[in-house]
Amino acid sequence: MTARTSSWTDERFEGVLGNVLRWGVMASAVVVAAGAVIFLLRHGSEAPAYHVFRGEPSDLRTVSGIAAAVRSGRGRGLVQLGLLLLIATPVSRVALSVVVFALKADRRYVLITLFVLGVLLYSLFGPYL
Amino acid sequence: MTILLFTLLVGSVSIVAGLLGALTGLGGGVVIVPVLMLAFGVDIRYAIGASLVSVIATSSGAAAAFVKEGYSNIRIGMVLEIATTLGALGGAALATHLPTRVIAVVFGVVLLVSAWLSVRRHPHPTGSRAADPLAGWLNLDSTYPTPDGPRSYRVRSVGAGFGLMGLAGALSGLLGIGSGAVKVLAMDQVMGIPFKVSTTTSNFMIGVTAAASAGVYLSRGYIDPGVAMPVVLGVLAGSTIGARLLTSLPTRWLRLLFGIVVTALAIEMIHQGIRGTL
Repeated sequence: MTARTSSWTDERFEGVLGNVLRWGVMASAVVVAAGAVIFLLRHGSEAPAYHVFRGEPSDLRTVSGIAAAVRSGRGRGLVQLGLLLLIATPVSRVALSVVVFALKADRRYVLITLFVLGVLLYSLFGPYL
Repeated sequence: MTILLFTLLVGSVSIVAGLLGALTGLGGGVVIVPVLMLAFGVDIRYAIGASLVSVIATSSGAAAAFVKEGYSNIRIGMVLEIATTLGALGGAALATHLPTRVIAVVFGVVLLVSAWLSVRRHPHPTGSRAADPLAGWLNLDSTYPTPDGPRSYRVRSVGAGFGLMGLAGALSGLLGIGSGAVKVLAMDQVMGIPFKVSTTTSNFMIGVTAAASAGVYLSRGYIDPGVAMPVVLGVLAGSTIGARLLTSLPTRWLRLLFGIVVTALAIEMIHQGIRGTL
């Protein structure tokens, strides 16, 4: 266990964090682009109406609504899924930091990082609470 | 105009915004919001929603590179993220209650201040002010790589920096921007953290700060896939190209050019916000 703890040097920690961020952004860009193709093929010739704020329909502003829209093959649902992945990237970075600080037995930073994670999860899932 | 044309035009503008944002360090979001509003007539709420998600993309992309180089200080970032995420939640909640004209005027003023902060060269504060005991308790002091090997630094005024970070978070949540200029100001000028560590740690924090308000924006219906999609893909492409070009371009002239563009956009935002024509 001591060997495992000491193997989590700051350099290794930072390398893993860098990869999480890079892969998260790439994955979300691919999903957004795929959704864009479907959306533009179906609705590309329509007129945009972004000058009036209506707010998104409920199926494009909640996690469960977006999941349902993706299952029914909607381009806009897929774009929103990609954006959700993008939002989840820094959240997973913070979650991973909790684990790493725990492995380093740094209790102070486990608490600090858990607090930040709590604020982020509240923001994302607060509407369901 | 059709949705296809709108997507192509907004995507192209976003590539340029991402490119200039990466080259000047101001970030792409600060120009995207006014351009979407003033040139494309997009409602400010859709514009800040799209900008906010593009901010997460560029921050995470750039942070991935900087974290590996060993400049960013993850402990400093994590402590200050308590302030920025709480501020961002408050700012995003405020955004849903304030009239859009007020948000437009605040946006214009913040644009002016950020442009001024990033064009002006600050001397890094030096001096013998005592290190903050809180920084010691939180284990914030660290080292950063230089050509002559790692150099150590000490952190001071943790409380004041923390307060300023709360403000940076609130502005980020209210306006859908990264507030990098305020974050760097807090770390470099107030907390005495080396400039390179401040800018890279700021970049690292921007994504987490933006994610805190993104949840609120999403559930309020501010994030429209039709607007956000070309902005995110464009800004991401532009900032990736910008980061590669960074060393080979005359950034001084670009900063000046970007400063002029941002100032003009800021004045127009304030003007239209006051007249209520947005």
